Amino acid sequence: MSILVDKSTRVLVQGLGNTGEFHTDKAIAYGTQMVAGVHPTKAGTTFHFEGETDHSGVPGRDDTYSTDLPVFATVKEAVAETGANASVIYVPPPFAADAIMEAAAAGLDLVVAITEGIPVADMITVKRYLEGKPGRLIGPNCPGVITPGECKIGIMPGYIHQRGKVGVISRSGTLTYEAVHQLTGLGLGQTTAVGIGGDPVNGTSFVDVLRLFEHDEETEGVIMIGEIGGTAEEEAAEVVAKEMSKPVAGFIAGTTAPAGKRMGHAGAIVSGGKGTAEAKIEAMNDAGIVVADTPSGMGEAMRRALG
Amino acid sequence: MKIHEHQAKQLLAARGIPVPAGQVARSVEEAAAAVRPLIEESNNPVVVLKAQIHAGGRGKGSFEEHRGLRGVNVITEGIEGGPAAAEEKVRRLSKKMLGSTLVTVQTGEEGKTVNRLYLEQGVDIATELYLAILLDRARSRNIVMASTEGGVEIEKVAEETPEKIIRAEIDPAIGLAQFQANELAHGLGLEGEVARNFQRFVKALAAAATELDADLIEINPLVVTGSGKVMALDAKMSFDDNALFRHPEIAEMRDESEEDPAEVAAKNAGLSYIKLDGKIGCMVNGAGLAMATMDIIKLYGSEPANFLDVGGGATKEKVTEAFKIITSDPKVKGILVNIFGGIMRCDVIAEGVVAAVKEVGLKVPLVVRLEGTNVERGKQILNESGLDVVNADSLLDGAEKILELTAPADGAL
Repeated sequence: MSILVDKSTRVLVQGLGNTGEFHTDKAIAYGTQMVAGVHPTKAGTTFHFEGETDHSGVPGRDDTYSTDLPVFATVKEAVAETGANASVIYVPPPFAADAIMEAAAAGLDLVVAITEGIPVADMITVKRYLEGKPGRLIGPNCPGVITPGECKIGIMPGYIHQRGKVGVISRSGTLTYEAVHQLTGLGLGQTTAVGIGGDPVNGTSFVDVLRLFEHDEETEGVIMIGEIGGTAEEEAAEVVAKEMSKPVAGFIAGTTAPAGKRMGHAGAIVSGGKGTAEAKIEAMNDAGIVVADTPSGMGEAMRRALG
Repeated sequence: MKIHEHQAKQLLAARGIPVPAGQVARSVEEAAAAVRPLIEESNNPVVVLKAQIHAGGRGKGSFEEHRGLRGVNVITEGIEGGPAAAEEKVRRLSKKMLGSTLVTVQTGEEGKTVNRLYLEQGVDIATELYLAILLDRARSRNIVMASTEGGVEIEKVAEETPEKIIRAEIDPAIGLAQFQANELAHGLGLEGEVARNFQRFVKALAAAATELDADLIEINPLVVTGSGKVMALDAKMSFDDNALFRHPEIAEMRDESEEDPAEVAAKNAGLSYIKLDGKIGCMVNGAGLAMATMDIIKLYGSEPANFLDVGGGATKEKVTEAFKIITSDPKVKGILVNIFGGIMRCDVIAEGVVAAVKEVGLKVPLVVRLEGTNVERGKQILNESGLDVVNADSLLDGAEKILELTAPADGAL
């Protein structure tokens, strides 16, 4: 088992510009079932992808791949024609919120928004729109979701992953890679790694993913990687203390970040004394989470938590 | 992005939100010339001269060059001496304030240079309230925050008397509903005409926040005047950088003199950079990893000189620019490059580092930790460059090496 994505996940891509095309190619090389593209002016055409298979991905494939991806005018049409059940969004920021709503309206189970720089007001509207709808949004401003050996949706490098027993949740991209790399190095591996994104308003929280991992049989422990800004980590710590039977490790970036400054991510800001690393680490310690002192000790913290 | 008080008031006034009459001045002459028309227009001999900087606490702040002179000055000379006397006082104070350094609780010890002043009509204050619109991240909604405790820092109120803060959540599909405006007015103890004035004010403010993509509007104090008017005596606004593309008129209000020059240069180069006070320069890809790299430097006993995220799609040119910005800081005694190349290829970073060092020179130790795509090729480029670059195998190794290389001779970090 795993969470959110597996080998049956059929993915369509919204936004086939340079970035979208590049990562679609990497996903196909990994073995992800990319089934359709959506583009308002390129509908009716196909995108051709070919190259060397990424053997760190889905096992048992030929050494090369050659795929023609059909492009549709709307998500609804792409779903009807291909049976896609997930979407990945590379649409530029001014249009990304609309793309997310279109994907949700088409009934997709999972929408992964990679786009960085979506206005907060747009995301507030999106969250309101998603209320009561079954689909789940991951991101925006995130690296995506990967279940090693089965399905990679997003921009993370596939080869650092290894199928294993740890669930990974993170607000940061490269810091997730760092954690994944350490887990792989220690032979712990990952069930699924989920980047929830660095924006102040996002689709899925630590709490949501913690609960999914708690109910996933294959996941034996979870590592959550947070950073300054907001109170999502504190809320997650409460849920860990109350609901989680599995060991949880963690790390918080930004101990040295000055107050009032936005540290790269739109959501990484200490304001009015709220959202400090200290408060988050304290809440996590109180919840029994094994918090790594340094970013180089994340994997080790997980190993200790697993006992 | 932050703007000045006078700009915020201009935006509010244009949306029918009551603010005192005022005039911005960038010179002593402009300030003096604004006095008479303002007194005549408002029919009030009292005017207020306010320093315009991107920081709060101006009323209690003091000038470094003129101890005791405050950032906000109420000028009452006009009551007895007429506009001429007020004009004379404004001229005298403006001369001192313009070009001087105002230090407040929010500016830090170094203070901020005052380049513009705002001259405003005096207001007959009956009551001071607090009103703000900001994002509640946990609820993914904007909220209105109001309090009877106007004129003091809201953080202090939240700490000491949290029951004095009342809130209302703004539904993005509806805006602030009339009943919510009623509840807020009632919660603040306002009645009759004053309550109705407040309701109009808060609804217009909520609409303005949405229309302008403001991530914060803070009116502190919001005042009720002797005649029952409700108006913004101060106004602080900041905006969502990611939404500025649809507000060119606000983007034009940017005052780069309020920002760190290196941070402005970085922003123009598409880099995310924040200057800090330490001695180890950092160049990292990804915001989370960049923060974590700063943290590990601190944990091992030194201090980072900066936050710098070169981003996921960094080119050789971007890396070169990043290097120039880091090395332009005279406090930097060593540089740690930490790259986890996922999509970012290590050979591109290595080429950028080599090109940058060749262009700007290297006077301090440089430790490079490369991991990820094309890492071997990247290391090879660095090794064959003939440059004095120390390779590190992990983040920990990189931190240890740069600390060792930047440690003073007596062994203290």
